[in-house]
Amino acid sequence: MKYTFPLAAVVALVLFSWIGASIPGMQYIFGIAVPYLAMVFFLGGFCYRVIVWARSPVPFKIPTTCGQGFSLPWIKYDKLEAPLTTPQVMARMFLEVVLFRSLWRNTKAMIYKGPKLTYESSKWLWLFGILFHYSFLIIVLRHMRLFLDPVPGVIAGIEFFDGILQIGAPTMYLTEVTILLGLFLLLGRRFFNRHVRYISQPNDYFPLYLIIAIVLTGILMRFFLRSGIDIIAIKRLAVGWVTFHPTISADIGSIFYIHVFLVSALLVYFPFSKLMHMGGVFLSPTRNMANDTRMRRHINPWNPDIKPHSYAAYEDEFRKDMVEQGIPVEKPLTAEESAAAEE
Amino acid sequence: MYDGGKIIPGLIIFVLFITFPIWYNRGNAGTVPQPELPKNYKQCVLPDADMRAEHMQLLNRWRDQVLRTGDRSFDVKIGDTMYQKSLMNTCMQCHTSKKKFCDRCHTYASVKPYCWDCHVAPVE
Repeated sequence: MKYTFPLAAVVALVLFSWIGASIPGMQYIFGIAVPYLAMVFFLGGFCYRVIVWARSPVPFKIPTTCGQGFSLPWIKYDKLEAPLTTPQVMARMFLEVVLFRSLWRNTKAMIYKGPKLTYESSKWLWLFGILFHYSFLIIVLRHMRLFLDPVPGVIAGIEFFDGILQIGAPTMYLTEVTILLGLFLLLGRRFFNRHVRYISQPNDYFPLYLIIAIVLTGILMRFFLRSGIDIIAIKRLAVGWVTFHPTISADIGSIFYIHVFLVSALLVYFPFSKLMHMGGVFLSPTRNMANDTRMRRHINPWNPDIKPHSYAAYEDEFRKDMVEQGIPVEKPLTAEESAAAEE
Repeated sequence: MYDGGKIIPGLIIFVLFITFPIWYNRGNAGTVPQPELPKNYKQCVLPDADMRAEHMQLLNRWRDQVLRTGDRSFDVKIGDTMYQKSLMNTCMQCHTSKKKFCDRCHTYASVKPYCWDCHVAPVE
């Protein structure tokens, strides 16, 4: 169920956009209204989620350290794994975002006969993750050729190196292969690794299916279902989106609308799902805090404002009642006070 | 808000980065390229829409047939005349100018076909 329901959802999205975009006139909905709405949801939702996180206080200083922390100046400490200063934290964050160092540390626990427990380095998730994420990044950057006019040299350069094998026409891109490889390996991990399968939820499968569908529609559009794929008409529409003068000129094939609809679905789904780790990685307190608990006091922002109340002040406040109840006091009542108490 | 001084600039950079195409094009949708069509001929080897979408696959097929199997037969039909499978001897006979025909769309869409790695482009 948890495998098939998200798959059915993606198939439904494909069928919906396929049938929808075939109805005359609906191209304006699927080609203009839907992408704009999706972008609004994406940007608005993304900012909303980040601001909600920014408003949540971090009660404790909780950096995760995995190296020698700073103690005495002559004991060498691990600047990346137990960062003390802001530049060190930034270096750690940068390497986390760019190289996924915490996945690199992943270990696998196994029980052998004996029973004997072993931990062994397991870098598969890191490998699949890095394959997928960098392929996706290059693909997104490559798509900028359809949005920017004139096309900057950097984008053309990325495209040149991606298609450097010059296989077929249109040229096959390396990232088309690597992103599918990454996605199917990540999906296969959820299917075949018992531990991961046990903890996987429909919302783990859905984005994988959805991105696989986006990649497959893109590949089909580029190589196999070319009828009606007039790249000039498509670029005109894409440049139209970003200049707010969208024009749907020719009969663009349905596969294009399916591709655009699936990307729109991904954009809308993004801020409300686990995909927000894109923004969340920057806000993870275990990574973005310095390991300086012994040098700087971290005050819990939601601590109530309690004023100090000394015993002397306490006795001043309650002396009369204390004397009345026979509780010993340090400072006796003054003559006037005891006279007032008598009455 | 906590750490607003770092998070808000970060968010602004993110939004500017995502909306980069808007700032780059500055509202100017540009002109759609108009490749110059041959004046004396009305027909190509395939209907217009198919040529627009599939010419690169056709040329690639021709290249494979001619170079890899040595099949240089005159089996391309335009109207009633048969033509050779050839970029230089067939396509470029009508579409004489690379700059005014091929390059206009290819530059717009940032497509760099490697035809001219081997073929000598017409001097213009």
